[in-house]
Amino acid sequence: MQAAATTHAMTLPQRLKDAFSVAFIALLLGIPMIGLTTTDEGGTALKVLTRWPALALFVAICFVGRLALQVVREALARRRARRPAKAPAQAGSSRLLTVIGWAGVGAALLVPVAFSDNRYAVDLATTVLIYVMLGWGLNVVVGLAGLLDLGYVAFYAVGAYTYALLSTQLGWSFWQALPVAGGVAAFFGVILGYPTLRLRGDYLAIVTLGFGEIIRLILVNWTSFSGGPNGISEIPRPGLFGYNFTPPGSEHSIADLLQIDYSPMQRLFFLYYLILALALLTNLFVRGMRKLPTGRAWEAVREDEIACKALGINTTHIKLAAFAIGAMLGGFAGVFFAARQGFISPESFTFSESAIILAIVVLGGMGSQMGVVLASLVLVLLPELGRDFAQYRMLLFGAAMVLIMVWRPGGILAHRAPTLVYTGPKGDQA
Amino acid sequence: MSRQALLSVENLTMRFGGLTAIDDLSLEVPHKAITGIIGPNGAGKTTFFNCLTGFYKPTSGSVVMHHPVRGPVRLADLPSHKVARVAQVVRTFQNIRLFANMTVLENLVVAQHNALQKASVFSLAGLLRLPSYRKAADQALERALSWLTRLKLMEFVNHPAGALPYGTQRRVEIARALCVNPILLCLDEPAAGLNPKESAELNELLLYLCREEDVSILLIEHDMSVVMNVSDHICVLNYGRKIAEGAPADIRVNPHVVKAYLGEDDLEDDMAAAGA
Ligand SMILES: Nc1ncnc2c1ncn2[C@@H]1O[C@H](COP(=O)(O)OP(=O)(O)O)[C@@H](O)[C@H]1O
Ligand SMILES: [Mg+2]
Repeated sequence: MQAAATTHAMTLPQRLKDAFSVAFIALLLGIPMIGLTTTDEGGTALKVLTRWPALALFVAICFVGRLALQVVREALARRRARRPAKAPAQAGSSRLLTVIGWAGVGAALLVPVAFSDNRYAVDLATTVLIYVMLGWGLNVVVGLAGLLDLGYVAFYAVGAYTYALLSTQLGWSFWQALPVAGGVAAFFGVILGYPTLRLRGDYLAIVTLGFGEIIRLILVNWTSFSGGPNGISEIPRPGLFGYNFTPPGSEHSIADLLQIDYSPMQRLFFLYYLILALALLTNLFVRGMRKLPTGRAWEAVREDEIACKALGINTTHIKLAAFAIGAMLGGFAGVFFAARQGFISPESFTFSESAIILAIVVLGGMGSQMGVVLASLVLVLLPELGRDFAQYRMLLFGAAMVLIMVWRPGGILAHRAPTLVYTGPKGDQA
Repeated sequence: MSRQALLSVENLTMRFGGLTAIDDLSLEVPHKAITGIIGPNGAGKTTFFNCLTGFYKPTSGSVVMHHPVRGPVRLADLPSHKVARVAQVVRTFQNIRLFANMTVLENLVVAQHNALQKASVFSLAGLLRLPSYRKAADQALERALSWLTRLKLMEFVNHPAGALPYGTQRRVEIARALCVNPILLCLDEPAAGLNPKESAELNELLLYLCREEDVSILLIEHDMSVVMNVSDHICVLNYGRKIAEGAPADIRVNPHVVKAYLGEDDLEDDMAAAGA
């Protein structure tokens, strides 16, 4: 990767040598993975088959692909070298982002209209929005404060279980439980944050990963509290002002109240708009925080913690605030998740969820709000689209991740908008 | 040095395992003056700053800041952020530590974090954009702009700090430290990497800060043309010990100092150049 940054081109023998070594590795890996396969002959025996032509094709593709990659990389490096040095904050590109952002909000508002009889599409859009909200929440910790958190799903779980328990055990409504669950998740954020204050980078990642697993294992094993592996079911769905999206005739039915025909799609639409509103509020909140002292200090801690201390900033408070606020937002998303599913179990809160949320933040471009949306679309929709050719689904998924990281190592949108721009003696700050 | 000392260092010792980086150092830093700290590489100058500013806990000895309002403050008892906030002792770093991806203006506003955070009341007043917070934010902006103007940095106000030329970054780091409102400003090799013209400008800046802005300065410097010309008083360290102390003219001819520096390649040339 680094070699691509230096612009001098490789000579032909160097190129061939490089491509040969790649092809050789492909051959080594390909013999067990492609060259040999087994078929079930019936009975107890498996028969080993060889597929040398397929292997040869694979190695050849790797060889040619590597040569092509070299050419593309050099072209990119030349282009990069020609580009002028980093200019001061361009107002133009952030204005474009604002326009795209509003267009995105408009499109999101229209999803239920456009797919009014497509249950699957609305459900999928709701899932995308949950990940967008989680991505925006984790962005506070990872993107802004620069604290690598591999256990974010723990706070999602805390939010979900808090709502599930409060509603099934104590009869709390969605709206009553929402702030409390956010507060509980924030508390867990501080519990995770406090012992990890001195850690950075890889070490922090490992501890947060462990924290996520501890929460999950507690949920699995403390059966009397959390229902163990069976989870908690019959979690009430969210209502609106005390009315529920239930068939006519049942208690507090909105269909009865408004004298409209009942359709199960109504509840889906409501859930969709609910998560859209929650996600947009999250976005507004994080955007606002970024321009406040705490938010600026998050970025400063990410850039240089020692310099922060030398300037009198209590980095302990700043990091704890990042953990608490990130956790609170994850907790809100968890409440919504529990209310939407009606059933939760520890299986929904495995490490792979944390990994996907982190991938959304990193692929999107650390700290970029719009990048999170794009990455959520890619990471949630791509596996769905891939369902038609199920066996290549993960391959497609992996290839997309690799491509994005090669194409844009800083994430899809690596652009950082300044929080404060001086525009002239009388001009006020943006 | 009976004239009201600003900072009194007494018997300061800092050991790293078997290595004594600072050995029984006593020093008085006067008020409203520039005090130079020189010494060969590895003499313990940066370690001294780290002990002052709470980054290292000294093995023994004491450092007391005689704060004009708060009275004596024992620096070695404070965590580093309180050294800046309570004692108003602010430092820069030998290897520049700017917030590279943030703009110059943002760097200077972050330095005013504590005042702004107080006005934002745990971000509530800030999120609601209450007038009290807006006023504080405007003041912070004004203060940042005024230092940028005084340090001739206005043309870079919206530039990402990390993309600036080296000499400019050094000045931005000083401007950022000034936004913390220091009584004692500790500069760790501010002339390192500057060209002669920039060094001369740095001289002027340091004299201006000390004479006009009433900032006392503790200056670690290798560049003799800077340290000999601006310091009121110089302390020389070698292997963690103070080997000489006095006015620049005395230091230049002090036999201990010349001997300590003999191993160093071009000091005598430097000294001659500074004297010329
Ligand atoms: N954190 C540390 N751990 C161990 N040794 C250190 C540490 N910091 C500084 N030293 C040692 O202390 C001595 C003085 O270093 P320093 O203060 O950086 O010198 P300088 O005068 O060049 O700024 C050096 O020998 C250095 O290796
Ligand atoms: Mg040093």
